[in-house]
Amino acid sequence: MESSIAPRLQLTGITKRFPGVLANDNVSFSVRPGEIHALLGENGAGKSTLVKMIYGIMQPDAGEIRWDGEAVVVSNPKAARKLGIGMVFQHFSLFEAMTVLENIALGMDSKIQSRDLEAKIREVMEQYGLKLEPHRVVSTLSVGERQRIEIVRALLLNPKLLIMDEPTSVLTPQEVEQLFVVLRQLAAEGCSILYISHKLHEIKALCDTATILRGGKLVDTCDPKVETSRSMAEKMIGAGLKDVRKVAGRTFGDEKLVVKGLSHAATSHFGTSLKDISFSVRAGEILGIAGVAGNGQLELLLALDGELGTDPQSVSIDGKPAGALSPTARRGLGLCAVPEERNGHAAIADFSLADNTVLTARDRLGMVSGGLIRAGAARTYTGEVIAAFAVKALGPGATAGSLSGGNLQKYIMGREILQKPSVLVVSQPTWGVDAGAAAAIHQAIVDLAATGTAVVVISQDLDELLALSDTLAVINGGRLSAPMASGSVSIEEIGLLMGGIHGTPEETHLAPGGELAVEA
Amino acid sequence: MRRGVSLQLRLEKRAAPSRFMLYATPVAAVLITMVLGALIFTLLGYDGLGAVREIFFTPLTNPYKWQDLAVKASPLVIIAVGLAVSYRANVWNIGAEGQYIVGGIAGTGVALLTYDMTGPWILPLMLLAGIAGGMAYAAIPAFLRTQYKVNEILTTLMLTYVSVQLLNYLVFGPWKSPTSMGQPQTVLFSADQSLPYVIPGTIVQLGTPIAILIAVLVWFVMSRSVFGFSVRVVGASPAAARYGGFSAHRTVWMALLVSGGLAGLAGILEAAGPFGRLVPQFPTNYGFTAIIVAFLGRLNPLGALLAGIVLAITFVGGEVAQTTIALPFAAVGIFQAMMLFLLLAGDVLVRYRVRRVANEPARAPA
Repeated sequence: MESSIAPRLQLTGITKRFPGVLANDNVSFSVRPGEIHALLGENGAGKSTLVKMIYGIMQPDAGEIRWDGEAVVVSNPKAARKLGIGMVFQHFSLFEAMTVLENIALGMDSKIQSRDLEAKIREVMEQYGLKLEPHRVVSTLSVGERQRIEIVRALLLNPKLLIMDEPTSVLTPQEVEQLFVVLRQLAAEGCSILYISHKLHEIKALCDTATILRGGKLVDTCDPKVETSRSMAEKMIGAGLKDVRKVAGRTFGDEKLVVKGLSHAATSHFGTSLKDISFSVRAGEILGIAGVAGNGQLELLLALDGELGTDPQSVSIDGKPAGALSPTARRGLGLCAVPEERNGHAAIADFSLADNTVLTARDRLGMVSGGLIRAGAARTYTGEVIAAFAVKALGPGATAGSLSGGNLQKYIMGREILQKPSVLVVSQPTWGVDAGAAAAIHQAIVDLAATGTAVVVISQDLDELLALSDTLAVINGGRLSAPMASGSVSIEEIGLLMGGIHGTPEETHLAPGGELAVEA
Repeated sequence: MRRGVSLQLRLEKRAAPSRFMLYATPVAAVLITMVLGALIFTLLGYDGLGAVREIFFTPLTNPYKWQDLAVKASPLVIIAVGLAVSYRANVWNIGAEGQYIVGGIAGTGVALLTYDMTGPWILPLMLLAGIAGGMAYAAIPAFLRTQYKVNEILTTLMLTYVSVQLLNYLVFGPWKSPTSMGQPQTVLFSADQSLPYVIPGTIVQLGTPIAILIAVLVWFVMSRSVFGFSVRVVGASPAAARYGGFSAHRTVWMALLVSGGLAGLAGILEAAGPFGRLVPQFPTNYGFTAIIVAFLGRLNPLGALLAGIVLAITFVGGEVAQTTIALPFAAVGIFQAMMLFLLLAGDVLVRYRVRRVANEPARAPA
């Protein structure tokens, strides 16, 4: 790309190797001043490693980084900030018990008077229309507001390049649109933006250029405005994309899972209490539960699978009161579950896959006799799961920790689905899973429902819920909205329900009649 | 910023824990203990090489010492097997010494009640009482932990000191033998109350085969049964255990009852065996040394069997070194502590590998 002015950032032949994996293999691309540049790829494609090297958290094994035409070595994040590189991480580093102002002051490289800092913060917020009260304590803020702290923190340094790592995964559609307004304004002022995501419609709506990584290699640089979401997804996974095949006009059977007036106090200081939740799922039906992270999804899953005990009548499985039963007893009634957290909840990293199978399948599949574990039966079933879900593992003896996140998720989903439960509750079934594997998991869920299983899918991914669910409800602040038929509901409606008590009504209706970037 | 290429060592996380290192580090810990021990005692003015020879090798090369090894190793193995179960569940019972003492007291109580009786049923009853005593004493921390979330490390340790006072009260007071001429000790147990010798002409008593049997039995239960599985799951991840349907409270109870019961059994086996009565010198720190045994044995009951023998070697060797090269007996404690310290330090190699990396000096940004 010939240009009279030097690119803001130019990477040439960047290579980074970790034990057993080449994370970046000879990656070269450049970002112009004022360009919004997408870095696209599946989990494990090497996006995070690449930006960590740009931000100075890691050093490349080979290759060159040029900044405004000059070769530089970014030895640490402080040096990166000095160059004018700002970064907003996916996971925020904020102290819950401190105010916005105190959090920002702590992150500054140079010492600055609190009063001057506050003036500066207000100035930046004014300039970009970011609403945030500097004296609010972080623990009282919504996730979107917390992200604004990180953005303000980055903007205070007058960055020439802003790196955003998966910024929208925790936001409602309305918050996403507000974020895009800020980013477009920044770009118009000449700040370059490196935008990491795997949400293709967002990239189409926002970015000028997209660089696609696969397996550590750069596979294409394209214009997302010309590409379709599908064509970019296929470049990402390097294969044709399969749609979820779902039989139209299905009828549902009897109610398999009935939840009535389910309430539970928060289990920890930062937990959410469940308030009067009611819904039912019939045989063959898939109920989707949408919501922004941390609105009671975890507590709901725990109350359904038996890790939290409640009133016996508030949960019924197949007509039997189960609210006070243990997870083992509920599995006996036919309810299997997959929690969101893979490591240390759904699976134990140090245990073999066969042992992880014993964890949940031992009673349903007869892996115990006379108090002893039938190791052979566990290995056989684990082998079936590995084969049926194309899990990349050395075999049933491989430790769960040796699998990549996506493969471990495939194994966990397979472990529960092949038990042929009559009720399946899953949370974030494809979180961190590549598009190909996600399609396979989605198909398995739909196929299971077709055999008459009642399925509950709790997810923050609206696309996933719209593709899978027959019925949709939204959880917010521990309350569940009335279930709606998923064909009749708009993204905007769901977004408003997701926003719920977060933000004032003015904020929620920031762009009345305005176009929403997210479309089904 | 330093100039020039610098070599540095870096720890790098392994993709999976190294099985080789898992078993190699205990061996390495023992070997490095010998090297450092020789060095330290040479610097202190003793015969360092002689100390290592007497402590680690004489008990093995002198067949006459083998029976001493069996006597010393048996209680260590029995207690350590129980501790291995407890530590696997992430339940840190460090008060095995107290449960050992109370086990000895409970069994002795039966012995004193049955002093005028005879019959083969008396000894088994004493052993059962010993187990029950140890269990009951470990039940206190179990109750406090599960009901009030009281840290079991503190309670088990503090209860140890309570048990020493209880022992002293009994042998100085109500249980003092009328014929002891003022000595604080109970009466000598009768033949039916004492452990039989299993190898004629030696001092090896019933405790040794019991220790081997327990190690094998517990190994089987831990590796094959649902109970053993639940202990490992709770220890590895409480959240996964709950999801899998295993109760953490139940596992805390079981871990403390098993480790307490086995420590109590070791206590009464010592009282009815080598001691033959209860005396103030009954607490011999077996309960604390067994912590080292459990770790050196990789929290595996069969490993504890081997590690128990290693620690017994240091005890027996320490006594030898006392007489042959005038090494103070406290030296044994130094060797044992060094072994545990090096083992724990070496554990980092199971999960991490050490790599030498050459660093280009970083250029300052323009």
